[in-house]
Order: sequence, then structure tokens, then C-alpha cells
Amino acid sequence: MTLLTALLIIGTLALIFGAILGYSAIKFKVEADPLVEQIDALLPQTQCGQCGYPGCKPYAQAIANGDEINKCPPGGDATIKKLADLMGVEPKPLDGNHGVEDVKKVAYIREAECIGCTKCIQACPVDAIIGASKQMHTVIIDECTGCDLCVAPCPVDCIDMVPVKPTPQTWQWELGKGVGDIPIKQVL
Amino acid sequence: MVNKYMIDAEHVVAQLNQGRLFDFSGGVHPPQQKSLSNTTPINTIQEPPVLYIPIKQHIGTQGNICVVVGQHVAKGEALTQSSNPFSVPVHASTSGIIKAITQHPSAHPSGIPEMTITLEPDGQAQWQLMPLLTDYTKVEQVVLLERICQAGITGLGGAGFPTHLKSNPQKPVECLIINGVECEPYISSDDRIMREHAWQIKQGIDILRHIVKPKQIIIAVEDNKPQALDALKTACLEDNGITITSVPTKYPSGGEKQLIQILTGEEVPHDGLPIDIGCLMYNVGTCFAIADAVLHGKALVQRVVTLTGQALAQPQNVWALLGTPISHLLDIAHYDPSKQLVKKVIMGGPMMGFTAVNDTVPVVKITNCLLVPDKQELPDIEDERACIRCGLCAEACPAGLLPQQLFWHSKAKEYDKAQAYNLDACIECGACAYVCPSEIPLVHYYRKAKTDIKHIALEKEKSEKARERFETRQARLLADKQAREEKHRLAAEARKKTMDNKGNDAKDKIAAALARAKAKRAAAQNNPPTDSDK
Repeated sequence: MTLLTALLIIGTLALIFGAILGYSAIKFKVEADPLVEQIDALLPQTQCGQCGYPGCKPYAQAIANGDEINKCPPGGDATIKKLADLMGVEPKPLDGNHGVEDVKKVAYIREAECIGCTKCIQACPVDAIIGASKQMHTVIIDECTGCDLCVAPCPVDCIDMVPVKPTPQTWQWELGKGVGDIPIKQVL
Repeated sequence: MVNKYMIDAEHVVAQLNQGRLFDFSGGVHPPQQKSLSNTTPINTIQEPPVLYIPIKQHIGTQGNICVVVGQHVAKGEALTQSSNPFSVPVHASTSGIIKAITQHPSAHPSGIPEMTITLEPDGQAQWQLMPLLTDYTKVEQVVLLERICQAGITGLGGAGFPTHLKSNPQKPVECLIINGVECEPYISSDDRIMREHAWQIKQGIDILRHIVKPKQIIIAVEDNKPQALDALKTACLEDNGITITSVPTKYPSGGEKQLIQILTGEEVPHDGLPIDIGCLMYNVGTCFAIADAVLHGKALVQRVVTLTGQALAQPQNVWALLGTPISHLLDIAHYDPSKQLVKKVIMGGPMMGFTAVNDTVPVVKITNCLLVPDKQELPDIEDERACIRCGLCAEACPAGLLPQQLFWHSKAKEYDKAQAYNLDACIECGACAYVCPSEIPLVHYYRKAKTDIKHIALEKEKSEKARERFETRQARLLADKQAREEKHRLAAEARKKTMDNKGNDAKDKIAAALARAKAKRAAAQNNPPTDSDK
């Protein structure tokens, strides 16, 4: 009899907890893998594919599945450090096979030479090139991520990658370069 | 939300009348050096042979250029225009011909070239005045604000915030505070303008009084400028609504938040504005410019600039046209190159200024001083030594921050931690670096960290946008692909249907062709090719 009571009670409890768990599994279902989202948020979103994946999101997916974190040249060491923090692994130097860290650039189309083939438009991962067939194309500089993907397809080689020039608004102080030094110290 | 900190103007003024002042924590007492330049009247100088007028001289957005090369412009004529409320125009500082519209080294620590209008004066100085608003009390506030904007007036104390935006507060103004403190060593431009033009400053204050309707007006002057104080007292003798206060000399008591704390005893929240506690503050030079714009119809085309330092034979204050290259001002003050090892001109004072990249850099609306020190005066910073944790910087910080912690974290690029120590609240006054026995250029580190943080935020915003565009594109491509596949499927179905409709005709044909091929193959096997066939 005691045995039966115990079984009954345990069984009832199991049913209740099972119901709660089942309910919460539906109610609090997580749509996507939050880790992938977190990794994706750290990547620079240039969508350049230098990591070997077709965009930042796929690479984020790959990292979540255990791929190396040092395959992103546009992000450079800063991104690797952040990824290492997130993944709980040691930061490594950038993998040279995937490219080197470079200054930020944007694409520039020499418009006089453009033949209007639309090949670069198809290559651009962020739709930053406007133009139509047999019409001149041009780059929306504010949207360009500098991914380099439009350069290779161009049959007349009229796309240059131009380094972004700093303006007084975007300029960053450099320490110890003597530029714009503040006097501060006054000895009299 | 901050209303409980709102100051009570009557109470504040009553306290001031009893001689009660408050103090802010920290601050330093560097040698004043004001007497170098403040003994002679403001000099009206000859026009320079060429003016470089940058089209953006304020915080906000730049206007569109509305003149062309070769055009003749009158003094005070607008060179840019915009309907953006964050934009104020720049004006021709004198009459002359537009020679070029190009990039020119900027009055910025970086010296990065900025879009600049080059003007060659014709020597006539022919004004184009705006209609006078002499009877401004009968004019709507919005008209006056529009005038202040169109005259290109920005805060002349240092930050360059557009004055018309500041003068349109959405909250009640308890105290209008006029800042004549000028606490930074060497600089005496506000001192001279108060001594010589107290009347016009008073007129500017009256206009502001009409616009923002404050309960009380307080003018604060540091006690090392007794003549300026007397001049203002004389000008405001018959006005009971204005309280003139002398505040003790200490750097940086002229900082907006510091001065409010001295006068009212209340602190402005570090992420808030003075208006959150009912204060509004203007520099005395700004008041002068407002009176010029409203009563005389003159746009902001000149400002007082202190030329000082031991390398100048005749240090003085001058009325400099905006856009005057600093080389011209150095000539006027008789710059002696032999007193410097390398040519070094500091724009601004010794605490907060920066070194100009070359001497074609123009005077802009926020340039209050050119400091040209000789070789002993402001020696170059030697290599910094290690922080010895003495804590002097924390004692000196007027914002109540922990400069040491900010320094560690800024140097290590741990920006989130630096921000947790309220890096944003740093006013970059340089008091910490001034007292540092290890000669660490602390403010350098903070400025670097601040610009880095701004840069990271900008990058983040950009990458967010790129992600969105990438994902939208992916979705579009996918939709296109599906549409195409659907089309192909429908076409295939249609083909199949027509085939079915034609009955077994097609199938028969295929079967017949197969049969023919089979027969051919069988025949070939039965009669294998022999040598005789050749």
C-alpha cells in the first residue's frame, strides 16, 4: 500500500512537472540560436566573404559550430579579441590566409569608363551600387562596406578601392604624434 | 524628472546679495599671465590680404554654399544657407571677391583640410546690413531667434553651439547667467570687451531677457578683473533685475557647470543640460554679438582675439575678422621667431588649446586666443613617467571624476570601464594634467578615448545598417529565386499537359525511334565490318 501511494505521488508530480516543462518549451521557445546572433553582432558586416563564407551571418553560424575565430580581416584584432571573450577561448593572431587588416576603404567607380554591364551591381552584397543596364553605375559611399567584391567582376576594371579620408568630425587623436598637441603643462 | 533639482531664482539671488557663494570640488590656480595682454584697448587692425572662411564653424551641420568663385560679396553677406535648424550661416567678413572655394587647413587639432571660402578683400569694407530691429520688444521672439540664427551667432565662449537653439528652451528659465569669468590663463578677450563695451553687452542681455524671459539675471566675473566688473556695474546701474557677482579666481570656474555650481550650489546632472535645473548661460561676447545683430543689423563677422605669449613683442587684443589667417595676426603682434625653437602657435589657452598645424589656419568663431610662448614659457612635454598613484589629479578634477582610473582604462582601451567611470562627464579642462607630477598628458588619453568611443559607435551603426541591407538583399534574392522556380514549374507543367493532350502520339514517336535504333544496332552486330569492306 505504502509503495502504491509513493508511486502515485511521484507519478502525479512527474506529470505536473512534465506539463510545466512542456508548456514552457512552447511558450518560451527561442526562435534562433542566440549565440549566432551575438557573434553576428560582433562581426563588422562588410559581407566580404574573405573568411570563406558567403557573408557575416554564415561565418557567425560557422563559429558557433566550432570554426576558428581569426578569419575576419576587416574586423582585425579588435574583433578577434571580442569574439574570444564571447566564446571563452584564447585570442589568436589573424589568419594570414584570409587576408590582412587594412585601412577602411570604399569603392569608387570611374564613371567615364563604366560600360553599364551591371556585373558589379550583382556582386554587391549590400546593394550599394546604383545604375541600370547600359547606364552608368555609381557607388553610394555611405552604404559601401569596402568588401572589394565588385572589383573582380568589372570587365573594364574601372572600380578603385579608395581609402576613406578622415574629416575633423571622424578624426581620432593619436598619442605622441605631435599632431594637435595640447600644451597643458605650464612651468613658470 | 529633474524638476526637484530646479533652482529657485529668488533664493539664489538673495544668497548672492548676502555675499554667499558656493564652491566646486577641485580646480587649480595656474599663474594668470593676463597682464601681458589686457592693458591696452582692443586694437582695430588692418584687413588681411586674404581671408579663409570655413563654411562650418559651429557644432551642428554645415550650410550649402550660395556664392560662386569670382562673385563680389558685401561685408556681412551670407555665404552659406540652410533650412536645417542645426545650421547657422557663415558670412563674408568684409567686402571683396570670392577667389576660391577649396579645402583649407582647419582650425582643429587635426588640421585636416575643410571646405573653405577664400575671400580677397577689396578694401572698401562695404556693409550689407540686415534690417534693424531697434524696437525689439515689439517683435515676436521667433523673429529675434531667426535674426540670431541668420547673423550666424554661436556661443563665443568656446563650444560654438548655435545660440538660436539654446535661446529657445522648452522649460522655464529661472536664471539667465552671463559668463564673464574667463578663467583660463593668458586670455583677456572677454575682459577687454567687458571693459570697453559693457553698454552693448547690457543691450544684448536685454534682448535675451525679452527672448527667454528669465526670473533673474546674474552676471559673473572673476575677481581678477575689477575694471570689467566696474564697467558692467555702471552699465547695469539702473537695472534692478540684474545681479552682478564677483567670483573667486580659480580654474576652471568659467566652465558652464562649474559656474552654475558656484552661483547656485546645485550641480547640473552629468548627462543633463543647465536648463534641466533652470539655468541658461551665455558668454559676454555672445551678448555683444546679439546686440550687434539685432540693433545694428550686423552679422557675426569679427571677434576679439587675444594675441599673447612671450614670443610676441606686442601682445594685445584685436578685433579679428573671421577667416583672418593667424600669420597676419602674428605680424601685427610682432612675432619674434628667435624666441622659439620651432614655430608653435596655440589656438586657445594653455590649458585647453591646441597647436595650429600651420600659420595659414584661420580665426574662426570660437578662436578666443592665440598663444605664442617662448622656449622657456611652455616647455614641450617630456616623456611621461609612470603614474605613482599620488591622487593629486582626483583632488584637482572639477567634475568630481577619478582621473587615474580614467587614465588606466583609456590607456588599456577598456572603454566600457572608462565610461563606467563617467568619461563623458570630463570637460577636458586639463587641471589633472596640470597637477600631475609624472607629467602624464592625461587629457590626451581622454580625448583619444572619447574619439575612439565615438568612432566605435559610428562603425557599429554602419555595420548595423550593412547587416540590414545584406539581409534585405538575401531575402529579395531568395524571393526572386522562388518566383523563378515557380515559373519554371508552371511552365513544365504546362508543357506536360500539352504533351498529354496530344495523346500517345509523342510517346509512339519515341518508341518508334527507339525501335529503329535497336534494329540498326542488331543489324550492325549481325554483319560485323570486315577488312574487305575497306
